[in-house]
Amino acid sequence: MGKEGRALPIVIVGHVDHGKSTLIGRLLYDTDCLPADKYSEIQKSSEMLGRIVEFAFVMDCLEEERSRGITIDTTQTFFRTSKRRYVIIDAPGHKEFLKNMITGTSQAEAALLIIDAFEGIRDQTKRHAYILGMLGLKQICVVLNKIDLVDYSEDKFLELKTDITEFLNKLNVRPTFVLPISAIHGDNVANPSEKLSWFDGPTVLQALDTFHDLKIEEKPLRFPVQDSYQIDGKKILVGRIESGHLTKGESLYLLPGKKKVVVKSIQKFLEEGVNMAHFEESVGICLEGRHRIKRGQILTADLSSTISDKVKANIFWMAPMGYRTGETLLFRCVTQEVPCQIEKIYRKFDPASMELTEKDASSIQSAEVADILIQLEKKVVVDPFNEIPEMGRFVLEREGRPVAGGIIL
Amino acid sequence: MDHLTRLENKSIYIIREAYYQFKDIAMLWSVGKDSTTLLWLCRKAFFGHIPFPIIHIDTSYKFPEMYRFRDERAKEWNLHLLIGRNEEKLLGGMGPDQGSKLDCCNELKTNALKMVIKKYNLKAILLGIRRDEHGIRAKERYFSPRDSQFKWDYENQPAELWDQYQSMVEEEEHFRIHPILHFTELDVWSYVKREGLPIVPLYFSKEGKRFRSIGCVPCCSPIDSNAQTIDEIVEEIRTSKTSERAGRAQDKENIYTMQKLRALGYM
Repeated sequence: MGKEGRALPIVIVGHVDHGKSTLIGRLLYDTDCLPADKYSEIQKSSEMLGRIVEFAFVMDCLEEERSRGITIDTTQTFFRTSKRRYVIIDAPGHKEFLKNMITGTSQAEAALLIIDAFEGIRDQTKRHAYILGMLGLKQICVVLNKIDLVDYSEDKFLELKTDITEFLNKLNVRPTFVLPISAIHGDNVANPSEKLSWFDGPTVLQALDTFHDLKIEEKPLRFPVQDSYQIDGKKILVGRIESGHLTKGESLYLLPGKKKVVVKSIQKFLEEGVNMAHFEESVGICLEGRHRIKRGQILTADLSSTISDKVKANIFWMAPMGYRTGETLLFRCVTQEVPCQIEKIYRKFDPASMELTEKDASSIQSAEVADILIQLEKKVVVDPFNEIPEMGRFVLEREGRPVAGGIIL
Repeated sequence: MDHLTRLENKSIYIIREAYYQFKDIAMLWSVGKDSTTLLWLCRKAFFGHIPFPIIHIDTSYKFPEMYRFRDERAKEWNLHLLIGRNEEKLLGGMGPDQGSKLDCCNELKTNALKMVIKKYNLKAILLGIRRDEHGIRAKERYFSPRDSQFKWDYENQPAELWDQYQSMVEEEEHFRIHPILHFTELDVWSYVKREGLPIVPLYFSKEGKRFRSIGCVPCCSPIDSNAQTIDEIVEEIRTSKTSERAGRAQDKENIYTMQKLRALGYM
């Protein structure tokens, strides 16, 4: 009991058919994390489609996914090594499912970027690598899959490794490992392979086991107000601590207005006399005196946040329908929800081509990324993504649907 | 922050987010370990005063222990309990032996739920499903839109970045909210133990058998087990070679039954 540690979330990304789902199936099978009844279900389903056992079916369990041999949606599964637990997030490789890939990646703390050794770098390899870099993922393991198709050749591996590292460095992505593997045959996934005897690096599992949980650094408090409840005659402000910590009796700023308030008490169900609450805790607080406070206001310990109705950001457009100047969107960052327009598109480009498509553009197309200036209807409170990620990332919605994600520069 | 506390805090955030976005909301309680965990998290989120109703979809085929447990907790925790039954089909004798299991689940669970949602004009319901239960559930979002026919458009789900959940509903649409999606079976048991939660006794071994997953009497089979305490259950699951729902008949009738049930609006 209590020994169940946290599961490290890892996303698997890469171009379509480069073997993401197969690698996951292989990882589960080789670590003995595939229940027997699930294995026989996959066996049966593979036979029905006239195939050998498809490890990809562990993740691709929609009927459409299996008959078409593709991954449509992001999915998650758990597995464990002798060192710890993992949540594996499978992300689809097709361009039209980019939003699902981004959904998966936004939950991850490490990534496996898979590249077909025979095909090399393709469009989605580039798009996905760009998104890993933009979302700030630092723990990245590149796997060169299907090394069997290039006869387990060391020369071919070294050649590809140089190309890929050079390419990724241009995107500011610095992979921790580059490994040769064959997911389908199980070479260098959980076990080293004799066919790759020239390779003296780790297996995929050994590489993953070197990754660590994100370190929580002590940062200034950010407590976005989520809601306000009236309970037993008390007004309780609820929310989650997005950075730093909160202490009873502490004096805080209520942003964007910068009003000073004092924390009278910290509220948790069935707990009395709570003196402190930490990063990631969802708590309630009561303040001294009477204040009119609404969702979307932010309690902070200092005045280092940006408080402005103009925000510079880097966004990626996920929706099939692009953006045209003049259109109104909803900016959502923590609990802030404010209508906005994109006032300037400084530059935009398609990561798949890596070429700057347009400067001072008037539209953004699907799957493009852009540096922009957002004009909001009222002031918001944000921090640069590099300093406080939780306060520096946002979603743009159109008619209630998320169309873009972004980070504050 | 330890692992379970982190899971708990994420769930509480999602529950509060759902209540903020949709005031016409209710929680679905099957009385099993997962939705009882969700119910407990709702109590935490609202400091013991859950501001919405708790729905039990009663197929009439549940275990007597489940009805007893439901009524005891409802009283103890002062719940606003609503019971949803497809009376018309029950009068007609609907059961797992009449037609297919898919039909029975669809009528007595999905359609009974449809009736409740319509009757109370609910815009969102909280559900205790988890990703590790089934491959189909692994693809769920925390906030998952359903159309008026309850259809789940699993090929075109909205993006869900970080903790920003889609909140707008079209007329006639409703949302399924899944606050414990990120818990595993082991996490649930560890949490039940840590919080000292009451649990239906069917989960504990009696004469060498226990239920790992509970639902309707005719469609649940017990597993061989001597686990009589939560610690023993945890140890058993940790070393288990079969999946949790191996004892649930509706998952096995056909490989894609679960996908079809969920696309039709099954929980």
